Amino acid sequence: MKLGIPDAAREYRTVRQVVGPLMLVDGLDGITYGEIAEILLSDGSMRRGRVLEVSGAKALVQVFEGTSGISPSDVKVKFLGKGMELGVSPDMLGRVFDGFGRVKDDGPPIIPERYQNVNGTPMNPFSRDYPNEFIQTGISTIDLLNTLVRGQKLPIFSGSGLPHTRLAAQIARQATVRASGEGFAVVFAAMGITFEESQFFVTDFRRTGAIERTVLFVNLADDPPIERIALPRMALTAAEYLAYEREMNVLVILIDMTNYCEALREISAARREVPGRRGYPGYLYTDLATIYERAGRIKGRKGSITQIPVLTMPEDDKTHPVPDLTGYITEGQIIINRGLHTQGVYPPVDVLPSLSRLKDKGIGAGKTREDHADLMNQLYAAYARGKNAKELAVILGEGALTDVDLAFVAFADAFEDRFVRQGEDEDRPIEESLRIGWELLTLIPRGELKRVRDEYVDKYLPR
Amino acid sequence: MHMDEREGRIVKVSGPLVVAKGLDGGRMYEVVRVGQYRLFGEIIAIRGDEYSIQVYEETEGLGPGQPVLRTGEPLSVELGPGLLRSIYDGIQRPLDVLARDFGDFIVRGAERPALDRSRKWSFVPAARAGDKVEPGDILGEVQETELISHKIMVPPGRSGVVKEIGPVVGTVDTQVAVIEGPEGPFGVTMLQKWPVRVPRPVRRKLHPKEQLVTGQRIIDMFFPIVKGGTACVPGPFGSGKTVVQHQLAKWADARIVVYVGCGERGNEMTDVLMEFPRLMDPASGKPLMERTVLVANTSNMPVAAREASVFTGITIAEYFRDMGYSVALMADSTSRWAEAMREISGRLEEMPGEEGYPAYLGSRIAAFYERGGYAVCLGGGERTGAVSIIGAVSPPGGDFSEPVVQATLRVVKVFWGLDDKLAFSRHFPAINWLSSYSLYQEAVDESADALTSGKWSENRKRAMAILKREAELEELVRLVGVDALAMEDRLLMQAAKMIREDFLHQNAFDERDTYTSIPKQFAILRVILRFYDEAKEALAKGALLEDILGLAVLEDIARAKLVPEDDLERFDLIERQAVEAVGALAG
Repeated sequence: MKLGIPDAAREYRTVRQVVGPLMLVDGLDGITYGEIAEILLSDGSMRRGRVLEVSGAKALVQVFEGTSGISPSDVKVKFLGKGMELGVSPDMLGRVFDGFGRVKDDGPPIIPERYQNVNGTPMNPFSRDYPNEFIQTGISTIDLLNTLVRGQKLPIFSGSGLPHTRLAAQIARQATVRASGEGFAVVFAAMGITFEESQFFVTDFRRTGAIERTVLFVNLADDPPIERIALPRMALTAAEYLAYEREMNVLVILIDMTNYCEALREISAARREVPGRRGYPGYLYTDLATIYERAGRIKGRKGSITQIPVLTMPEDDKTHPVPDLTGYITEGQIIINRGLHTQGVYPPVDVLPSLSRLKDKGIGAGKTREDHADLMNQLYAAYARGKNAKELAVILGEGALTDVDLAFVAFADAFEDRFVRQGEDEDRPIEESLRIGWELLTLIPRGELKRVRDEYVDKYLPR
Repeated sequence: MHMDEREGRIVKVSGPLVVAKGLDGGRMYEVVRVGQYRLFGEIIAIRGDEYSIQVYEETEGLGPGQPVLRTGEPLSVELGPGLLRSIYDGIQRPLDVLARDFGDFIVRGAERPALDRSRKWSFVPAARAGDKVEPGDILGEVQETELISHKIMVPPGRSGVVKEIGPVVGTVDTQVAVIEGPEGPFGVTMLQKWPVRVPRPVRRKLHPKEQLVTGQRIIDMFFPIVKGGTACVPGPFGSGKTVVQHQLAKWADARIVVYVGCGERGNEMTDVLMEFPRLMDPASGKPLMERTVLVANTSNMPVAAREASVFTGITIAEYFRDMGYSVALMADSTSRWAEAMREISGRLEEMPGEEGYPAYLGSRIAAFYERGGYAVCLGGGERTGAVSIIGAVSPPGGDFSEPVVQATLRVVKVFWGLDDKLAFSRHFPAINWLSSYSLYQEAVDESADALTSGKWSENRKRAMAILKREAELEELVRLVGVDALAMEDRLLMQAAKMIREDFLHQNAFDERDTYTSIPKQFAILRVILRFYDEAKEALAKGALLEDILGLAVLEDIARAKLVPEDDLERFDLIERQAVEAVGALAG
């Protein structure tokens, strides 16, 4: 009877079944759930896998690189007696890794300080500190209307062909904690994106020097899909190390979560699990939560993890399980709009359905400026009204609009053109965003400014 | 290793589900300790000699051959002084203590008693030696917080004659009384244990009818809930479920609040933990935390403990009900609870019902809500207590036809349907007034009408009729434009807008607007309707609609919700001004 983790790794040649990414190994002893296995093929190549279920002498192993070329008769499985780990070290900064944390660039190997289990342990809710420090991203639609705070998880909901990669890169480049002026270390987790997209980030990080404070975990579209399951956990383990042991503010960009979920669905289908909506497994919510909830701050510690997951909504449908479940876990969402993109507006952030749930605690006097909340509500309401009036005009003609409505229409157009639109390298300080906001309010009659206090109108509205 | 009859061996591990053999005599829902880390688990199915166990902690590293120990006890909670102001995980481990002793992350196998064994309480007897006592009788009291006196009761199933009792200062384990029972004397401490899956008994249930005032205008006036009632708040993400739940936890006039964060965000629990000690109960002026128990099993914590968390919460709620208190339980979100059941059911390879949920989903949900209610408690004195349950539901894609919403609607009496269109237009609380309902309305109307000579229900019905008519008119406007409407209808649109914006819309984050007393709610609506009546009359007499809509008094009505609670005479003034201003237009 073996108890605990055995000293020696154990090798078996008893693979009985290979189905999709899964392999059934028999005749085992002392294998545990979640253990990592090395799979040695006859051609000398090695793949890795994880135990998904262990029953008696049998174990179900998920092969990360896929099972193509595996024959039950000539494959050898070596169980390592431990879960998946990542060797962590400050030297990870500036380097590129694959989904298993293996060095992927041409640099030297990393000598880890120690190994850390990648599944993490849940943060005690009692130990959490509430995220309330303003992060300036330099993007008006985020800073002023959907404010990001340190320790928040705020996803970008996008669609195919939309410039979410550029927006994510711009945030990574420009984000600073306003109160302290500190920048962010970036952990970049790419799952199933194209070489071009990945190269865009790498080049961009190199160009701006951001690469020095960036750790990249990259799984490209032609890399094994199952590796995508491990990748975000690797990335977050690196992030936790940098945040809580190296006291850094870490920004984690997870792109593209839709690819991650598809990999999860593939495994679930191969296991013949009862599918939930659209074939995704019933535990998709819980699985996503174990990724997203690793964002946060801890009382008494300096570092923090802020997450920007990026996902593409199939057919721009927000009720698709991936954006839907993400929205239930994350603290808001930034929605990219195809219409604005077609109009040539960058960044095409649709401010009306976008939301940052934590914004209220990160803005105002002492954080941004006293008038921030009022101005935000006013811009929002005015833009909503302008858009409504525009819709009405489409049905009934412009003649049906009152003068006041026409003023709101003019406001909505100017808002998209001058407030939403900005350069890809334009890092707008919050003061500048506030200034533009007030300037736009001169387009509507002063009597209509019901959401801002009179004192602020007197103080900030240009005459 | 020594093998005794209470020890078995793992044969299978699949996520949170472990199958063990050799647990002969093990019972359904018995707690077991699993594997080398002694993880908490619960037997949830028995097939021959195979025992299926749901494990409340991460199972990585468990494998066949590792030991499983029976404890002989069902999953239970500890009940006694020290519950209030606590924050527990789904199986009642004290999270503050775990943070102190084990660090900022929850390590496996961590174990601490739910109630602090070193804290001293002062027990003041209420019974005397020689008293004959039955289950539920109050032996004495402990002032647990400034707000709440904790009653120490004779545990269910025990009775006898009090032999010894007196004032004691001691811990929860200290004996406070000795009772001579039919089978000999037994000691009573301040601590009770109760299995979470078994409802605590009451003498008899009553029909609930007293309003649970929440200070939220659309709820109290339009879709009220009563003490001992059940309600659900379904809505897509971003529609404000959690804010509604937090508002009720803050302002509902229950004596005790149990807040179960079930599979939701960690930061939301932090928000409660940071805010409640600062917020003052409007009735007593004491921090809200003094009456609150938190159960937090966030979405990244183990899924089986999430399944247990609502039972842990409801059992604590029932215990305070037994003392004669009105308790409100918020469960956010019951969908995550249902999903936990689905996950476990899938691992058990049970035949799935709708959308993969187990076939018993409906009966489990019904049984949970049925543990709420208004009742005569066990024990003498006909004391009554109530457990009101408010469950949030998070339907995928905001689709209310999904199984959890539908199963919930079959049992709850109040439906506050959240609408993302309202949320997008920043109308909060985003409770849709056309689709929501409350079956307690008649009961509440009866008592409220008695105080307002029938005006309460009359005003509400009128306001509702205006809102319904507005919805019809809006369809029309979309087709033909607002100019095509009769002046009278355009005035009605204005009245509807005022009801929506000046009454139903309520800002949870504005300290003056976050809570509105019943008299003030009544006054706001009264003023709006009075304005509408006068304006209608003026219009008939030839006043111009533009002039009516341009009146400055409209601004006063819009700001009426910010009138301080101690200045309600102001409403008479606003009403008078409105009547005069409109009257002047009529010439």
